Amino acid sequence: MNTRVNNETSGPSSMRLVLTLAIAGLVSGIAIIGIYESTLPTITANKARELREAVFKVLPGVGQMQALVYRDDELVVVESQGKDEPVIYGGYDESGEFVGYAIPAAGPGFQDTIAILYGYIPGDKLVVGMEVLESRETPGLGDKIYKDLEFVAEFSALSVEPEIVSVKKGTGSNPNEVDSITGATISSKAIVRIINEAHTAWATKLPAPGSEPAMQVAETASTEAGQ
Amino acid sequence: MKKNESYEEFIKGVWRDNPVFAQVLGMCPMLAVTNSAINAVAMGMATFFVLVGSSFLVSSFRNWIPKQVRISCFIIIIATFVTIADYTLLALVPKVHKELGAFIPLIVANCLILGRQEAFASRYPTRLAVMDALGMAAGFLLALFSLGAVREILGDGALFGVKLFSENFEPWVIMILPPGGFLTLGVILLFFNWIKFKKDEFLEDVAEAERSGN
Repeated sequence: MNTRVNNETSGPSSMRLVLTLAIAGLVSGIAIIGIYESTLPTITANKARELREAVFKVLPGVGQMQALVYRDDELVVVESQGKDEPVIYGGYDESGEFVGYAIPAAGPGFQDTIAILYGYIPGDKLVVGMEVLESRETPGLGDKIYKDLEFVAEFSALSVEPEIVSVKKGTGSNPNEVDSITGATISSKAIVRIINEAHTAWATKLPAPGSEPAMQVAETASTEAGQ
Repeated sequence: MKKNESYEEFIKGVWRDNPVFAQVLGMCPMLAVTNSAINAVAMGMATFFVLVGSSFLVSSFRNWIPKQVRISCFIIIIATFVTIADYTLLALVPKVHKELGAFIPLIVANCLILGRQEAFASRYPTRLAVMDALGMAAGFLLALFSLGAVREILGDGALFGVKLFSENFEPWVIMILPPGGFLTLGVILLFFNWIKFKKDEFLEDVAEAERSGN
């Protein structure tokens, strides 16, 4: 009993303990804010560049892009999309002619959600490219959905009519059939299902071929030209 | 003499008291992110930065931190360094950051780091604490790299993404999967302990020979 009392009295006051932790927390907070603020521009630039590269990859022949959202029964061009608002990207060639849509989609894979971006030409009703943005599929097996170039090439001219189906490797002959990867059937089927679901969701929202929103010149550029 | 002392603190972490092979600490990142050499090295570097940084701070402030709140202070310091490492990796090497995913924030919970603060950095002068942290971190990096290299070579036929074998090489996929981590770690630990055993035997033989010689 005596020793306990002694220990308590000889130890530092509670004030000192509270102060130590408060100062440590404060310094740590400032350091974290500093690193967050200094890396944020690079991180956002990286993400934007990644997305741009992916859009150009899934839509061959595209030179410019803009974000589109579905508002009030039509597709409108947006500078920045609202939260939880599904966005797709319109791809245009250098002269501003519409080429196709790059549509982000996600769904459950073998391990975790797979997020992809696929290129879609509404006039021909064709999927012309697919890029996996995010996945945690099994290394060596499921990750072939983006490492196996043969499988990725399956999506370079794929008809969505009536819907995409995955078949056993080597048996695909129709334009709407995808050869599954041996040893990664679930992951390959997941990609097909994700595209089908996204296509069903967007099919009714996309305007008739020929009446797509035109490429808008960035506003800052136009005001500068006006001055 | 002083130089020898810091050298001793450094080398003990790299080899004799290697955090993974001898102390068997930090197993979670050890098994989870060593499926390729580059991931293992990135993880090792991040841990290196966090361990050396926090050892330096903890040791510098060891006389100001009351011992009742020392663990909380260590955690605050470690977590700050981990956040810095997290954002730096995200900005500089987004691809690697994507692969390592949740395991970077989890460096906070790596018992190797907190263990070094409590056992060493909070009791010794800054110079020794930094040497100790450098040694331990280098040992951890070495261990991660050896595991990652073995697993990538066997499981993918490559090292740092460079193919080593001809087309005929059939990758041993299980080595990149979780069981491969346990298998490789088991074999490496076996090897490490065998060396230790042989060394002890040798020293005993020498001692005996000396005794009989006298």
